[in-house]
Amino acid sequence: MKTPSATGTLAAWSGYRINLVGLVSFCVVLFWALMALLAPYITPHSVGAMIDMDYFGPMRPGLWLGSDYLGRDMLSRVIFGARYTVGISLAAVSIACFTGVVLGMTSAVLGGTVDMVVSRLLDAMNSIPSKLFGLMVVAAVGSSIPVLILTMSVIYIPGSYRFSRALAVNIDTMDFIMVARIRGERLPYLIGSEILPNIIGPVLADLGLRFVFIVLLLSGLSFLGLGVQPPYADWGALVRENIGGLPFAAPAVIVPSLAIASLTISVNLLIDNLPQKIRDRSAP
Amino acid sequence: MTNLVEIRDLRVEATTDSGRRVEILKGITLDVAAGETVAFIGESGSGKTTAAMTLLGYARPGCRICGGSVRVDGRDMVALSEKERATLRGTTVAYVPQSAAAAFNPAATIMDQVIEVTQIHKLMPVEEARHRAVALFRALSLPNPDSIGDRYPHQVSGGQLQRLAAAMALIGDPKVVIFDEPTTALDVTTQVEVLRAFKDVTAKRRIACVYVSHDLAVVAQIADRIMVLRHGEVQEIGSVDDILHRPAHPYTKELLHAFHPDGGGRVVPTTTSHTEPLLDISMLSAGYGPPQPNGKPLVLAVKEVSLQVKPGTNLGIIGESGCGKSTLARAIAGILPACDGTIQFNGRDLWQSARQRSREQLRDLQIVFQHADTALNPAKSIEEILGRPLTFYHGLRGKARDARIDALLDMVRLPRALRHRRPAELSGGQKQRVNFARALAAEPKLILCDEITSALDTVVAAAIIDLLKELQRELGLSYVFISHDLSVIEAICDEIVVMYRGQTVETIIPAERQEPQHPYSRLLFSSVPKLDPTWLDTLDLDADRMRLA
Repeated sequence: MKTPSATGTLAAWSGYRINLVGLVSFCVVLFWALMALLAPYITPHSVGAMIDMDYFGPMRPGLWLGSDYLGRDMLSRVIFGARYTVGISLAAVSIACFTGVVLGMTSAVLGGTVDMVVSRLLDAMNSIPSKLFGLMVVAAVGSSIPVLILTMSVIYIPGSYRFSRALAVNIDTMDFIMVARIRGERLPYLIGSEILPNIIGPVLADLGLRFVFIVLLLSGLSFLGLGVQPPYADWGALVRENIGGLPFAAPAVIVPSLAIASLTISVNLLIDNLPQKIRDRSAP
Repeated sequence: MTNLVEIRDLRVEATTDSGRRVEILKGITLDVAAGETVAFIGESGSGKTTAAMTLLGYARPGCRICGGSVRVDGRDMVALSEKERATLRGTTVAYVPQSAAAAFNPAATIMDQVIEVTQIHKLMPVEEARHRAVALFRALSLPNPDSIGDRYPHQVSGGQLQRLAAAMALIGDPKVVIFDEPTTALDVTTQVEVLRAFKDVTAKRRIACVYVSHDLAVVAQIADRIMVLRHGEVQEIGSVDDILHRPAHPYTKELLHAFHPDGGGRVVPTTTSHTEPLLDISMLSAGYGPPQPNGKPLVLAVKEVSLQVKPGTNLGIIGESGCGKSTLARAIAGILPACDGTIQFNGRDLWQSARQRSREQLRDLQIVFQHADTALNPAKSIEEILGRPLTFYHGLRGKARDARIDALLDMVRLPRALRHRRPAELSGGQKQRVNFARALAAEPKLILCDEITSALDTVVAAAIIDLLKELQRELGLSYVFISHDLSVIEAICDEIVVMYRGQTVETIIPAERQEPQHPYSRLLFSSVPKLDPTWLDTLDLDADRMRLA
């Protein structure tokens, strides 16, 4: 425990051991989640309104994060950008991990031909470079939010599949799975009730990691102009449209970059420092 | 005579997850003279291994030695720095672990690992160390002493590996050796050889031994004195003779009693030879590996086994590890479909594979696995583990299910409050009871028990056996009891089948007190340690061993 005095009482109260780094990163993640949810109610200015006479304006009262290349309020644009970045990534990571984990556990339990076919198929998909695949799909069918979500989930299914299959194969050799099998249990019970609870910890950690990858990939695509299209803008797009402000050290280009960094780093730190349940077996 | 080991008022404490302090050893005092063997005996959790480890100046992570002194050859292991302790480990005091298989590095040859100690402490040149190792291999009566060191750990048997681990400990010429349950994982027939080798070598070199075990009969063969531990306190210290014949403490009496499981208390069912058998297996073969041109698997572990179980009676299957007894259980349960032969249950043919059997057939025939640790899902509460078969087979839900879970916990003598706990929060014996209660939840006619007491202490195992007998009386079950422990099987079974190399070699009915005829059964039966301290020295197994070879 890093700060026994500060979190000691909290640990005693909740029955969980909470770590300071975890707490701080949780606050950052929560902050961005709230920003994304409440964006329309808290933005000081309309996203599209050009309110500054100057472009790449500095930070000053009223325009707390300066203005962008068209003189729009950067604060409002970053808050709205959170919606796209967090929303699209969350949707994509949910689809990717759900599909990957279900397929992975199924392959591990069924084994044999099913395992072989699914594994080779997803291995083949894994061999396509992710950015290239994204570029190709966007070039072929055009960029829209559903296309982005689906593309990114397809890109991250094979990784999630490999990961959860490896975990599930280990659990599958345990006797309690054998007991459930000779009880006559079917596949959904085996994967949902016997295997999943035993791999949920690493799977959640993997989910967080993949969320970070997707945020970065989405930002990358948007930076190349293939992601979220104007008039909407996620953080990657914000960096791109304000890249001209780099020579002027404009906050407009630094702030969205910092937003991406703070979200991805916090999610990573949060996963590494999740609260641990204190189980004291000899306690009365 | 000066004492090599002097332990004075030793205390070890551990800090739990929530920061609570628990005393593991509560003031132990003991002397061990040169050439003397003292056994630490007690149930798991009694602190016997922790006490033995303090001779190395070692406490497991989370534990610390918080008081007292441990003087080994005049130096206090508690007060020394870690660096000074390291110089003594391997040269003055050495350790033989419980599982040699886990203690050897599978990627290095045995010789390299055995002489590693001499190289770390720079005791002697490599060539000399090799010569000494070979001499030790010979002294421990290992086969091919000159070449066995060139093999890798997986190329020798478990009993040989255990002796090699002893060679590793002895090569640095230690004055004190700690044996931590070195024969617990071995078959009785191998155990005899290993015990003999240990006894010879340590006696010749006048090494002071600390022998940790929960098996009183083994300890009786090898120890001079016995220290009985429970809850971190010394219950009794005395000579082997005193402890065996004049036990003073109630726990020691309990231990002794557990060693003589009485066959009584079980109503022998009044079945005649005309009663239809519950389970009738004929010419069953099963094995592993891809099918060969003749339709048989590559390795045939069970060869043409036939046996019958009558309703309300128990069948014991005994044999050394690798004899195919667990494979037979798996074939009966349908986990490993048999390649040949028939299984009739309750007068009807069973499919070879569990997948094809009906739910009713699966329910009637339950299997309980050896390791409750892996047989219970660690992510689920006891309530969920017991509740699932109730819902699955009997459609019980809500209050009816809760009431039945309570009844099952009562049946296996577990407090009802345990239902919200996870398996990791239970003791070994409690886990095995839950494991068994899950089989009972299905309300089966026959339960296959695969080595269910092997991982348990003598006292706990005896309690489980008593429980099985009681439940049989109440519920009219039949058991097929697979074990390598003869005393357990004799206590509960009406008929004993001896398996050797995949075949049944003999059927023995304990009630008729007949003598085993087959050389292997004779070897097996006479290898079971007796409480008599002279048993090992007077034992002569070579005749039967020769006939088998």
